[in-house]
Amino acid sequence: MRLERRAAMATLLADRGDDLLVVPGLGSTTWDLAALGDDDRNFYLWGAMGGAAMIGLGLALAQPKRRVAVITGDGEMLMGMGSLATIGIQRPGNLAIVVFDNGVYGETGMQPSHTQSGVDLIAVARACGIGTCLDVGDEAALRDLAARLKTLRETLFARVLIAADEPPRVLPLRDGVELKDRFRTAVGVKP
Amino acid sequence: MSAPTNWPDRLFATLKRADIRQVGYVPDAGHARLIDRCRADSQIRDVVLTTEEEGVALAAGAWLGGERAALLMQSSGLGNCVNMLSLARTCRFPLLMLITMRGEWEEFNPWQVPMGSIVDPVLKLCEAEVYRVTKPDEVEGAAERAVQHVFGDERIAAVLLSQQLIGKKVWTK
Repeated sequence: MRLERRAAMATLLADRGDDLLVVPGLGSTTWDLAALGDDDRNFYLWGAMGGAAMIGLGLALAQPKRRVAVITGDGEMLMGMGSLATIGIQRPGNLAIVVFDNGVYGETGMQPSHTQSGVDLIAVARACGIGTCLDVGDEAALRDLAARLKTLRETLFARVLIAADEPPRVLPLRDGVELKDRFRTAVGVKP
Repeated sequence: MSAPTNWPDRLFATLKRADIRQVGYVPDAGHARLIDRCRADSQIRDVVLTTEEEGVALAAGAWLGGERAALLMQSSGLGNCVNMLSLARTCRFPLLMLITMRGEWEEFNPWQVPMGSIVDPVLKLCEAEVYRVTKPDEVEGAAERAVQHVFGDERIAAVLLSQQLIGKKVWTK
């Protein structure tokens, strides 16, 4: 029984704390994050497919005293798979990459993704030298991941096996300049 | 007046004055000296990329966290960035690109020509300000103007470093 994506997002970000910055990927993970309620420390992506993990890297390097969680989908991660190699070299201790893996491209009509045919993103992350790589397939493992997100000490990669369903879209703000400005204000770096 | 071969040091000095803290790059012979200088600097995080588009996203993340980044590439790398530049354009992220040109002067490899020949129009279509330099003495001034445009106004700019600066690639040793 795979996990339900909205409930999984809620578990991961329950009591997220002031210092957790979240970058979701283009598509469903952005809607999942928005469904929890808006937050200035979310940088929603309406584009830039394949870029979520690298935005997380730049942010984590710039804000070493805060935690950064990239929470993206398998299709988005596959497009930026090389960034796992890049992150494997940098390894900031405050960065977590969490992939909601449902084996399909939900936004475009549920076409199968590579992971459904056996491409193993955990094995990729591990081969790239990322310190902690977790396979999250049940509630207990999800709660463990949520706890680890609160006390990040080394770069973490997690695959969360979620069901291929499509809950109602919750659309956040989509003005990119406003998303950027309010995020920077929340982090205290603006102007 | 700077010596003909020290323009990478002048570029490095510009990056330092601009307080650049993250430098993304795909290894490139034309940028070899600048990459070495960045790698040797304890205040700069050098981030070797698998493809240049990663650097566009890196720079956006850096800015979200209050740091300035620069992206080093050769002309072929611009082609790898095109969709990711939407991130910089839509959100007005500052993006400073230092691009060594191939395929335009004394080029032995014809495979470099198709991308090299469209760098300028592609950048302009992507709303980037373009500063092209062919002489060593022009490098620093162009880079300073690009820095001002990028970080002063949260815009995209590219300094195009002509193949004439870098010299002809030696194919047989």
